[in-house]
Amino acid sequence: MSGRGATARRLVVALPYLWLMLFFLAPFAIVLRIALSEVASAVPPYQPHFEGFSKLGEFLSGLDLGNFKTLLDDVLSGDSLYGASYLYSLRIAALTTLFALLIGYPLAYAMAVAPKRWQGALLVFVVLPFWTSFLIRVYAWMGILGPEGPLDKLLMGLGLTDEPLRLLNTEAAVLIGMVYSYLPFMVLPLFASLQKFDRSLLEAAADLGATPLTAFLTVTLPLSLPGILAGAALVFIPCVSEFVIPDLLGGPDTLMIGGVIWNEVFSNRDWPLASAIAIALLVVLVLPLVLLQRARVARERAA
Amino acid sequence: MSEAARTGAVPARKASPGSVRRAFQPWNDPAAKPLVSFRNVVKRFGNVTAVDDLSLSLYPREFFALLGPSGCGKTTLMRMLAGFETPDAGEILLDGVDITKVPPHRRPINMMFQSYALFPHLSVADNVAYGLRREGLPKPEITRRVEEMLALVKLDGLGKRRPDQLSGGQRQRVALARSLAKRPKLLLLDEPMAALDRKLREATQFELMDLQSELGLTFMVVTHDQDEAMTMADRMAVMSHGKLVQIGPPDVIYEAPATRYVAEFVGDINIIEGRVASVAGDLVTVESATAGTVELDEEAPSLKPGEAIFVGLRPEKITLSHDEPGQGVNKVAGEIWDIGYLGDFTMVQVMVGGEGGQLLKVALANRTRRIARPFAWEDKVWLSWDVEAGLVLPP
Amino acid sequence: MKRLGPGLILALVFGFAFLYLPILVLVAYSFNASRLVAVWGGFSTHWYGALMGNEALLDAAWTSLRLALVSATAATALGTLAALALTRYGAFRGRTLFSGMVLAPLVMPEVITGLSLLLLFIALDVERGFWTIAAAHATFGLGFACIVVQSRLMGFDRSLEEAAQDLGATPFVTFWTVTLPLIWPAIAAAWMLAFALSLDDLVVATFAGGSGAATLPIRLYSAVKRGVTPEINAACTIMIVTAAVVVISASLLMKREQLSDR
Repeated sequence: MSGRGATARRLVVALPYLWLMLFFLAPFAIVLRIALSEVASAVPPYQPHFEGFSKLGEFLSGLDLGNFKTLLDDVLSGDSLYGASYLYSLRIAALTTLFALLIGYPLAYAMAVAPKRWQGALLVFVVLPFWTSFLIRVYAWMGILGPEGPLDKLLMGLGLTDEPLRLLNTEAAVLIGMVYSYLPFMVLPLFASLQKFDRSLLEAAADLGATPLTAFLTVTLPLSLPGILAGAALVFIPCVSEFVIPDLLGGPDTLMIGGVIWNEVFSNRDWPLASAIAIALLVVLVLPLVLLQRARVARERAA
Repeated sequence: MSEAARTGAVPARKASPGSVRRAFQPWNDPAAKPLVSFRNVVKRFGNVTAVDDLSLSLYPREFFALLGPSGCGKTTLMRMLAGFETPDAGEILLDGVDITKVPPHRRPINMMFQSYALFPHLSVADNVAYGLRREGLPKPEITRRVEEMLALVKLDGLGKRRPDQLSGGQRQRVALARSLAKRPKLLLLDEPMAALDRKLREATQFELMDLQSELGLTFMVVTHDQDEAMTMADRMAVMSHGKLVQIGPPDVIYEAPATRYVAEFVGDINIIEGRVASVAGDLVTVESATAGTVELDEEAPSLKPGEAIFVGLRPEKITLSHDEPGQGVNKVAGEIWDIGYLGDFTMVQVMVGGEGGQLLKVALANRTRRIARPFAWEDKVWLSWDVEAGLVLPP
Repeated sequence: MKRLGPGLILALVFGFAFLYLPILVLVAYSFNASRLVAVWGGFSTHWYGALMGNEALLDAAWTSLRLALVSATAATALGTLAALALTRYGAFRGRTLFSGMVLAPLVMPEVITGLSLLLLFIALDVERGFWTIAAAHATFGLGFACIVVQSRLMGFDRSLEEAAQDLGATPFVTFWTVTLPLIWPAIAAAWMLAFALSLDDLVVATFAGGSGAATLPIRLYSAVKRGVTPEINAACTIMIVTAAVVVISASLLMKREQLSDR
């Protein structure tokens, strides 16, 4: 390898490496550090301050586990704010994942068995909403679910309900918005795994005496499991920390953990506590991810 | 199989290649300077030794074939020559200059890749011009050379096409034109026929040979296909586990394999185990449990009575008959166990030495169209062969 | 291919209706003459006119576009380098940390990314605004860009690069004449993705930008918080139509290219 080549190689790694050190690793370290600080009515609102690398030792010595204790005390207390919103976030994310799967699986399946020449177009139309603004899609539902919105009008017009459902600012509205926004993330991996599916396997199953339903349950479903898992992860993980949807479609009783962090930062200005909550959230999220990754590695090793 | 390919080969050549090629033997000339020399080259991948202390010389204008099963190290050997792998030990000389550390783009060696590696984003003409552009030749010169090359491989007028608009055979020609465009001192061909169907493969083999002698270039082809190696090569090497087992002209490799491995890898062969009974001048007598007494005519045998050896006997060198043959040949009685009709010839398996003896393969050329075969299953038959048919293989 | 049964057709119709009805309703209401959602006051393009007079929103749109342009370009450049490093350099020192850092932003909750960058900019005493948001967007765009380019590089036939070198191209020339033209579609796709992500981001921009820069999502969010206004409907319709035109023409273009390649 010539000298110039080696320099070029070093540059290729160094540029993104340094960038990520500065804008990913360093901020993350700071979050960790500030989670171990005390809140202070100063600018910035925490103690002790980071005052250059020369005073790093001093800075590191002032660590304080108070925020995590606050968090733990809260979770252990009967009337818990943070613990409840963690659980609520997990619940909403799980329900969203379930509904997205229930709607997404038939859709992805139909797309996968549709004639080849349609598939490209169908795929584009599933992805298209993703390219329009996220905020717009949530906003559209505000209008639909809102008081005297088109949904209420339609249902009342059809005589299905007598009075407005007043869905906006309820958990149902949050769920609808979440499922709607994250549906493409479920459909895409499902479609990818169902499209690869060799349809002669179903013929083999039928040939061996399976009804279409048993063939689906014993052949198609197990083979699309990787797609289901990938889709579930892609929906579940961002849902847990979702902020915008519960904020716009939800009400006072739909406080999710993303909103809690937002409030601690912008309303209460308790950055150390916000950092501690963020760290705890990561732990909650990383655990299933690690398990999923391990399952994936095991499956790949088996294949 | 190999015999069929070779008998089919002769009429396709303009002149009988044998006489021309026979005179070309630089490897036997001590004054000849090799074009390429490998000197004690070693290449390891992890704890696998792909090339093991290997030395080899190629001579100018030679058509050299490297034959071996997959994983024997032949591709590694070629990639070291092209510069894509660096030897762990030893050196590689080109025209007497050490090129071991020279990067691929500075070597006057070009390679035709097994996958052809045609640039999909460039037209056929741009593919062929790629190497010329790197030399910084003037544009008109490049255009001229590209046209010349495309004409040479009979692809005139297809220069504007994209590689994916060509057939497999045409793609192979583009790859060939591209690697020849720079007039390399040495052209490496990695399994050049692997992606072609059989008919096209045979025609292309002869075109490649004509091209090589026309341009006066040195070719090294790597292949696992023995027919391909034997048809095209002036000299071939059989490789196994990182070592060259035997180097020589194809007919020598076939008729006088150095080891049992070479004998079995190149062509079909019956192996008879036995012991040397006596050696009288060039005549070796071998006693075997299955085929009885076998006499062989061996040049300067250094064998001693009692020594355990293998006798190799190619199937096409055995004659099959219902009646016992006369004196002066080796003969053994047996029973037909299997008959495989292959069109150009029929492979008969005969059990000799009684039940639990040994199956010997006999190739019968099908000289007439008569469907009714003179031999049938369970026929009692005699096998006979000349004293010059068998050969002694070291155990 | 088997014909679609009625059940599957129903699944398609229901799925796509769910995906598109809200958007269609929004588009319809942008042409509603009445200010009230509940009342259809007849067809009107009044709100589009009003939108054109809304300086704050137009400014925000312009800011967002510039932001997306800058951050997508940086994200794609860095992401391509990262992809090359990860697929081509084998095991280099710090590789595990590197690939972790590249991929982590993909699963990192937006609020945490935002919070951490906010704290970084405060700690470094950097004034927050356009450039801090651009850096933040480039950082999470980098991971997405890297994934897209990496998948192309992994399917890349290395013998093409060897062939180029064999024909006399230096490693640098090989990269420019063979590697780059062949991974170009992936780089373009990566750029589009990073662009869209930047254009769409509210949470990270709010944390990283402070009051220094108002992007379109930030303005839309505060407008939406105040209540549904028909002007926003018009703005959203324009954005939807733009996205639809770009995505559909891009996919048609790609399809035609594939056909002509054949």
